[in-house]
Amino acid sequence: MEKRNMKAWLYLLPAFLFLGVFMIYPLIDVLVYSFEEGYNSASQTFFGTGGYNYSYVLHDPYFLQALKNTFLLVIITVPLSTALALLISVGLSSIKPLRDLFQTIYFLPYVTNTLAVGLVFMILFKKTAYSDGLVNLVLHWFGSPSVDFIEGPYWAKMFVLCFYTIWVVLPFKILILTSALASVNQDYYNAARVDGTRRGRIFCRITLPMISPMIFYLVITGFIGAFKAYSDAVALFGTDLNASGMNTIVGYVYDMLYGDSGGYPSYASAAAIILFSIVLTITCINLLVSKKHVHY
Amino acid sequence: MKIVLQHLTKKFPSRNKKSRGEVTAVNDFTFEIPDGKLVGLLGPSGCGKSTTLNLICGLLSPTEGKIFFGDDDVTKLPPENRGVGLVFQNYALYPHLTVSKNIMFPLENLKGAAKLSKEEMNRRALEAAKLVQIEGLMDRKPKELSGGQQQRVAIARALVKMPRVLLLDEPLSNLDARLRLQTREEIRRIQRETQITTVFVTHDQDEAMSISDLIVVMKDGIVQQIGAPQEVYDNPVNLFVAKFLGTPPINLFDGRVEKGMLYIGNDALFAAPNAPEGAVTVAIRPEGFILKEDGPLHCALVRLEVMGRDVSIVSTNACSESENVRSIINTENTLDLNSKIVRFALKPQKVFLFHKETGERILF
Amino acid sequence: MQSHTDYQKIEKSARTRKIIRNVFVYTMLVFWALMVLFPFYWMVLTSLKSYGTYNAEYIPKFFTLSPTLQNYADAFTTVPLGRYLANTLVFTIVTTVLMLFVTTLAAFAFARLEFRGKNLVFTLFLALMMIPNELVVITNFVTVTNADLRNTFTGLILPSVASVFYIYLLRENFAQIPDELYYAAKVDGTSDLRYLRRVMLPICRPTLITIAILKIIECWNSYVWPRLITDDPDYYLVSNGIQEIRENGFGRENIPAMMAAVVVISLPLIALFLIFRRKVMEGVSRGGMKG
Repeated sequence: MEKRNMKAWLYLLPAFLFLGVFMIYPLIDVLVYSFEEGYNSASQTFFGTGGYNYSYVLHDPYFLQALKNTFLLVIITVPLSTALALLISVGLSSIKPLRDLFQTIYFLPYVTNTLAVGLVFMILFKKTAYSDGLVNLVLHWFGSPSVDFIEGPYWAKMFVLCFYTIWVVLPFKILILTSALASVNQDYYNAARVDGTRRGRIFCRITLPMISPMIFYLVITGFIGAFKAYSDAVALFGTDLNASGMNTIVGYVYDMLYGDSGGYPSYASAAAIILFSIVLTITCINLLVSKKHVHY
Repeated sequence: MKIVLQHLTKKFPSRNKKSRGEVTAVNDFTFEIPDGKLVGLLGPSGCGKSTTLNLICGLLSPTEGKIFFGDDDVTKLPPENRGVGLVFQNYALYPHLTVSKNIMFPLENLKGAAKLSKEEMNRRALEAAKLVQIEGLMDRKPKELSGGQQQRVAIARALVKMPRVLLLDEPLSNLDARLRLQTREEIRRIQRETQITTVFVTHDQDEAMSISDLIVVMKDGIVQQIGAPQEVYDNPVNLFVAKFLGTPPINLFDGRVEKGMLYIGNDALFAAPNAPEGAVTVAIRPEGFILKEDGPLHCALVRLEVMGRDVSIVSTNACSESENVRSIINTENTLDLNSKIVRFALKPQKVFLFHKETGERILF
Repeated sequence: MQSHTDYQKIEKSARTRKIIRNVFVYTMLVFWALMVLFPFYWMVLTSLKSYGTYNAEYIPKFFTLSPTLQNYADAFTTVPLGRYLANTLVFTIVTTVLMLFVTTLAAFAFARLEFRGKNLVFTLFLALMMIPNELVVITNFVTVTNADLRNTFTGLILPSVASVFYIYLLRENFAQIPDELYYAAKVDGTSDLRYLRRVMLPICRPTLITIAILKIIECWNSYVWPRLITDDPDYYLVSNGIQEIRENGFGRENIPAMMAAVVVISLPLIALFLIFRRKVMEGVSRGGMKG
C-alpha cells in the first residue's frame, strides 16, 4: 500500500511541483503583497501592513480610468457579441450549401495573433498625415467627416476597441452556439412545424430554452474574458495605454508591476485582487440568475 | 378524411459520397386510405415506412407522385397547413414545458379567426388529456413521467388541435413489453372514439396485426401487400410477406410438385393439380400441422414445449430451410415422447407455395 | 374547388417566404464573412505594396498592380523577425512537449492509480481551475526575477508548463478506458508505465492531439508573460516582436513592411488550423477559451 501511494505521488510530482511554485504559492503570496505597504522589490522591505495599497489604487486616476474603460467594454461587448453570435449561428444552422466554408472563415480570428491582427485594425482605423485610412474613406462615402479612431476622441477609441474585441471573441461564441444548435433534436422542430408554429415562436419557445445553458455559459465566460481584456487594447493603442487613456484593469496591473510606471508589486497585487473580486461577484450573480432562468 | 397516395416516390441522394447514385426510399406507392380507419405501415427497418409517414405529414416532399387529403392536393403544402397530428418515436415533448403547456402548444399557434381564448385552450387541453387519461399529470415536466405517460402526452398534443389525420411513428417501440400491450389497446380505443384517420408505422407485426383495420407491408421502398390483417396473414402474396407475419414464424421447406402432387423430400403431402411442375418453396404456418399417426410428413422429434394453452412440437426435417420445424397443436392430441419420428397431416389452407427464385405465390 | 385556389395561395406564399428568408440569411452570412476576411485581405494587400506606393495613396486603393516582395525581405533583414520566429518556435515546441509529459503523468495518476486522499486532492486540484492567471502573474514575475531567469527560455517556459484544465481533459478521457484492459495488462505482467505508453496513449491520441494544438495556439499568441519577462530583443517572441516593430521598428513608420511581418507571423497558425480544421474546432468547443 505504501509503495503504491509513493508511486502515485511520483507520477503527480512534476505537475504538483509546477502548480505549487507557479500557482498555489503565488496565490497566497499575492494576498500578502497586497497588504504590505510600500513594498520595494529591490530591497525586499516594506513599511507596514494594512489596507493602504487598496486605498492608493482606488484613488489612482489611472486605475479609475482603467475601471471605467473595462466596465464600458464589458457592458458593450458581452451582450452585443453574444447576440451577434446567436444571429450568425442561427443563420448558419439554417443553410446547407457553403456552411463548412462559412464556419471555417468565421473561425479564423480565433487562430490569429491578437497583437498582429490588431495592427491591421489600427491602420484601417488610423488617420495620419498621409492618409485618412480606409474606415474614414468609407465614412466619407456616407458624407461623414473623418475621425481619428486611434488617437482621437474617447468614444471613437472605445468604438474601435469594442469592435476589435467582438471580432476576436466571436469565433468561439459562434462555434459553441452552432454546436449547441446542432445538438437540439430535430424532432422538436418537426413537431413544432407540424403544429404550425411560426418561425419566430419556434425560436423563442423552443430553440432559446433548449440552448439557454450554453448561452449562459457564454455570457459567464464572456464576462470573465472581457474583464481581463488587455492585449486587444495594446494591439490598437500601443503599450503605453495610460497615456492614450485606454488602459484596462489588467493593463493597470501589469503597468504597476513592470513597465513605464512600474515596480510596485503591492499596488499591482491590490489591483489584481480587486479585479478578481469583481469577476467573482459578477460570476456569482450570473450563476444565481441562470439557476432561475435556465431550464432543466 | 380519406388519404390518397398516387405513385408516391421519394429518392434521397446517396450517403456514400463516392458513388453519386440515389437511394429510393419509397417507390411508386399508390394507395387509398379510407376515412376513419386505422392503418399500419409494416416492414423491417429501412423499408421506407417512416419516409412514407414523413411524406404524408409534409416534413419531406416527394420526388414524384401526389398526395390528396380528401379531394385536396396537398403534395406541395407545408406541414403546418395540412392539419395533421404527428406523434414521434421519441415523443419530442418539449422538456422545458409542463404537460399542460406541451399539450396547449399547438393551440397557441392558431391565429386570426381561429385564435382561441385562454379558457378555451385550457378546456381543450384538459379534454385531450382526459381522452388519454393523464389529466392528473398536467403540472409535471416530461422528465418526471414514465415512458407510457410521455407517450400519452404526445398523443394528446397531437390530438388537441383536432387534426384531420393522425400519424404515429413507431408509437410503441420505446415502451416495455407489458406497457406495449396496454398502450396499443389504448391507441385503438382513442382512434375508435375520435374516428380520425390514423396511420402508424411499426416494425412489429404483432402490433400491426392486433389493432389495424388495414396493414401495408413494405420492403425496400416497395409495397408488398395491402389488406386487412387476417386477409394478409391468410393469403400472403409472396414469400417475404409470409415470412414477415406470424409468430412463431412460418416454417419453410424445399419441396417440389410432381405429377400434380406436392412433395417434401419423399413425403407426398397432397394433390396440387393447378401448380406447375418443379421445385417450390413450401411454407407451412405452425398451426397448419395436425398430429396424426398416419400423416404424410415425417419429422424427427426433438422436444416438446408447453406454453400455457399451446403445445409446440420442435422437430427436424432434412428439407427444412431452418434447423427446426415448429408446430403448434392442441393439447388434446397426445404424443408418444419415446418415438423418434413424429408424423403430421397438414391443413391445406395453412400451406403456401412460392416460386423458388422470385418468391411469388403459386396457387395450387 | 374553392379550397384548391386557397392551397395554391398558401403554397406560393410559403415559397416566397422561404426565398426571402434565404436571401436575408445569406446576405448576413456573407456580410460577416467579409468583415472577418477583410483585415486579412488588407494585410496581405498592404504587404505587397511598395513603401512609396503606399504612402502616396491618400485614398487607399483596394488592389495593387505592381506587387512587390521587397517588404518581406525588409521584414527579415531590417528587424530580427527570423529571430522572433525562431524564439517562438522553440518556446512553443518545448512548452508543448513538457506540458504533454507532465499532463500525461498527472492524468494517469488521477485516472488509473489508487492512492490515499485521491478524491480530496483531485477536488482541490479542480478548484485551481478557477484561479485567473492575472492573479498569479505578479508573484511569478518576482519569483523568476529573483531566480535570475529573466531573458532566458527557462523563465519563459516554466510557468506555462502545467495546466489544470488539460490534465482534467486528459483524465476524463483516460477514465473512459475500461478497467478490464488494465487488469488484463497487469495479469500479463505489464508495468504501469508500459501500459500507459502502449495502451492508454494510443487510445487517447485524439485528445492528446487536441491538447497539443490548443497549447500551440496559446503559446504562439502569448503576449503578457513574455512581455514581462523579456526586455532583451534576443528573447522576444512574435507578439512582443510585433509590438517592438510597431514602436521602434523600421526607423520610420513603414507600414507595408510591418504588414509583411504580420503576414509572416499569422501564417503558421492559419496553416495549422486549415490542416487540422476539425480537430482544432472540436478541441476549442470542448473547452478552449482564448488566453
